[in-house]
Amino acid sequence: MKSRGWRRFVAALPLLAIALLMSGCSTDMGVLEPKGIVAKEQFDLIMITIVLSIIITVPVLSMAFYFAWKYRASNKDNVEYKPNWSHSTKIESWMWGVPILIIVVLGVITVIYSFKLEPSKALAAEAKDGVKPVTIEVTSLDWKWLFTYPEEGIATVNYVRFPEDVPVEFKLTSDAPMNSFWIPQLGGQIYTMSGMAMELNLMASEVGQYQGRGANFSGEHFGKMEFTAEATSQADFDSWVADIKQSSPALTEQGYDELAEPGVVETNDTYSSFPDGLFDRIVSKYGSSHNHSAAAEGESSSEETSSEGGTNK
Amino acid sequence: MWEDIKDWASDFFVTGDPLIYGADVGIVLASLSVLFVLTYFKKWGWFWREWVTTVDHKKIGIMYIIASLLMLFRGGVDALLMRTQLVMPEMEFLKPEHYNEIFTTHGVIMILFMAMPLMFGLFNISVPLQIGARDVAFPVLNSLSFWLFFMGAMLFNLSFVIGGSPNSGWLAYPPLSEKMFNPGVGQDFYIWGIQISGIGSLMTGINFIVTILKMRAPGMKLMKMPMFTWSVLGSCLTIILAFPVLTVTLALLFIDRFLGAHFFTLDGGGNPMMYINLIWMWGHPEVYIVVLPAFGIFSDVVSTFAKKKLFGYSSMVIAIMSISVVSFLTWAHHFFTMGSGASVNAFFAISTMVIAIPTGVKVFNWLFTMYKGRISFQAPMLWTMGFIPCFVVGGLTGVMLSVAPADFQFHNSYFLIAHFHQVLIGGVVFGYFAGFYYWWPKMFGFKLDEKLGRWAFWLWNIGFYVCFMPQYVVGLMGMTRRYSTYSWDTGWFGLNLVSTIGGFIMGIGFLVQVWQILYSIKKMDKDTTGDPWDGRTLEWSIQSPAPLYNFATDPVVKDVDDWWEEKQRIKAGGKPTPKPALQPIHMPKNSAMPIIKSTFWFLAGFGFVFDWMWLALPAMAGVAITMLFYSFRYDTDYYIPVDEIRKTEAAAGRAV
Repeated sequence: MKSRGWRRFVAALPLLAIALLMSGCSTDMGVLEPKGIVAKEQFDLIMITIVLSIIITVPVLSMAFYFAWKYRASNKDNVEYKPNWSHSTKIESWMWGVPILIIVVLGVITVIYSFKLEPSKALAAEAKDGVKPVTIEVTSLDWKWLFTYPEEGIATVNYVRFPEDVPVEFKLTSDAPMNSFWIPQLGGQIYTMSGMAMELNLMASEVGQYQGRGANFSGEHFGKMEFTAEATSQADFDSWVADIKQSSPALTEQGYDELAEPGVVETNDTYSSFPDGLFDRIVSKYGSSHNHSAAAEGESSSEETSSEGGTNK
Repeated sequence: MWEDIKDWASDFFVTGDPLIYGADVGIVLASLSVLFVLTYFKKWGWFWREWVTTVDHKKIGIMYIIASLLMLFRGGVDALLMRTQLVMPEMEFLKPEHYNEIFTTHGVIMILFMAMPLMFGLFNISVPLQIGARDVAFPVLNSLSFWLFFMGAMLFNLSFVIGGSPNSGWLAYPPLSEKMFNPGVGQDFYIWGIQISGIGSLMTGINFIVTILKMRAPGMKLMKMPMFTWSVLGSCLTIILAFPVLTVTLALLFIDRFLGAHFFTLDGGGNPMMYINLIWMWGHPEVYIVVLPAFGIFSDVVSTFAKKKLFGYSSMVIAIMSISVVSFLTWAHHFFTMGSGASVNAFFAISTMVIAIPTGVKVFNWLFTMYKGRISFQAPMLWTMGFIPCFVVGGLTGVMLSVAPADFQFHNSYFLIAHFHQVLIGGVVFGYFAGFYYWWPKMFGFKLDEKLGRWAFWLWNIGFYVCFMPQYVVGLMGMTRRYSTYSWDTGWFGLNLVSTIGGFIMGIGFLVQVWQILYSIKKMDKDTTGDPWDGRTLEWSIQSPAPLYNFATDPVVKDVDDWWEEKQRIKAGGKPTPKPALQPIHMPKNSAMPIIKSTFWFLAGFGFVFDWMWLALPAMAGVAITMLFYSFRYDTDYYIPVDEIRKTEAAAGRAV
């Protein structure tokens, strides 16, 4: 079959593209270039899965091409033809048995890793002794990310910084349609949903800037929901905090409301303070079901008027 | 007054985009030329009698296929627009709002208005013929299913030029799809387009289950059915369990939007995650609904073109049926990142992996069917050979995605996009193409040009790998789906460029297929045998195209692949099985009810979309009245006299 040359050519194209890309050494390879403890574990797990899957896919692919070649009607060699052969207990036990076995192994590995890499599990045990975790609250807005540091008392937009080798506890919520918080080089993502605080624990093992993204579509300018995550030394982090404390403006209630309006923010703004309990208020604003607090009622009535206004387009 | 009309029109019609004005002109011209041709050639009566009101499953099948190919064109144009926007960083070809509309309509059209009708078309063409039946169990219902699908699809597509397209993703996750964030009518077009065609899908499911269970030729036990028929049964059982979930979910969303309820809203106690659970309880089985029939097609094609019995028939049946059951237990793998905890994720990860077992078994079945066969590589087999490697690799990445703790790194990235396009194009589209080429002579009585078919095949295949292999990598590099643009410093440029080139190669492949059809119509290479592939199942025992009544006399079945066995017996010097004497054939009469009722549904949907109760309510009444009126019609059937059967058979050169 003349297909082989083509197939090689096709397979080579993406590799060529990767080679081109890798030549610029600054390219961020995301998941393939883990820089955090969680991402490393996930990378290992991905490799295990690939190896296990290859045990079955490579023989299958070879058989497919070999059988197609050998038993082609135009084959002049006198190959065997058994039109009525359609059952073999031996072959059928193998073809059920091997996949079952592989899935059992993979299943066990998956269960172990599911508990090991549960995003809400704290990473304190993995850190050096005496290192205190940093807590960062993340709120996804239309279409920007707000980071608030409850202990340091500062806030940032579309930029988040934390010390290396220190566990970071992200608490996540949303004051807009749900999104997903993802820093590929540090570890997997988790949804940001309104009315609840999700948890994600990550830890960077190297100083560096990492691309962060919103990964769940949230409306018009979703494409602008990128952010930068930067891991620095503890000293750099401390002086950065002190600097913001000194020179940045405060985020007021009104300032937050303006920030929460749908729109795109091009600069990485920083704030020396933010209203007390802002994050908890955002979470409880949408509360759990049948919440009769004043805030929730005010919110729902304003939504009703807007929906009535919107019906007659 | 004039100003008022202008204001209203600029709101009502989608304005301000040259692409859309171009499309407006195109749509008007195309509609006018269709009207003109029908009038000029005085074909209105023919069109009405032979197509619009027909209850013949073969013609309904052809109409499904034509509609789905039109939708493939539209969905494909959407895809190429997206690939053009993503070809390089900072592109300004499409505004973000347009990009969002286009990926939404691309997804909805490809799954619901391309894959589903193409699948139903193939069901209609071949299931009654494969089981030796004269029509489906409920022929008028079948026509109603088609017209509901058609009207639903038209309503959905109308949003392109009137009111504005939906823009919150193909599954319309709330709260984004709620009135609060999405006040326009696009989302309502989405709801009503899918609802109306969804009723049709559900009825098709019921229709084919009854057809397969009750209308098989004498002697055809369940375990003697062709594998395609088995896969249709599996698919239809899944349809009747899954589609009601979709209908209810979208109805709740509509109640939220229309009456201000709070099922899925951000506030007032709504729970968006409930919608996401519900929609995937339909959405995941839906994937198997469309892929199972493709598996059936491959099974029939492989055994036909390897000239060999299907290996492991019962394994195959078990695999199909277990997939349709387990498909209902995996929905939460679409949102492992919801934070439901390790135990829930582990459960859904394992249930997902379990599906890989019967799927893998099927691949082995096909391979061992080829083993010690005598394989010829005509178009249907070529597509099957394209499918196997594509689906195996897609399956591998599927297993990777099912590993929940690793999925945190794949979720919503281009890795996922590449995976599901690989199983949906490599599995479903290649499968339906294989079926399309396989049954084409049976539908139209002539063959498609093989050489152009090879060109189309290679363009699609090469285009596919060039388009989607880079997406796996760019996904791992962190590119997430639905980004309307990206910056230069991401390093995604090269891979996206390659991917776009691949997309256009597939587009050329589609154009070659269109050319292939036109060229073959002109060449008219007639299939006089009725059995161009040396087939195995009953549809190849009759002339091409199949006559109105399908089988002059009821076939009696003794074996799996009965027609093949019969041919072997004759070859070995045996006599053909004697056929009983001709008798008048009982057939259903045409009905105008389906088109009238579906038109009322269309008007009702349009009324609800724009909140025009003066239109919606009378139209709903129209639906009810048509239904009532039809219930009292008893003149629904007739007999084809023996003379006419004899004449038809003689004209096809068949002795009776």
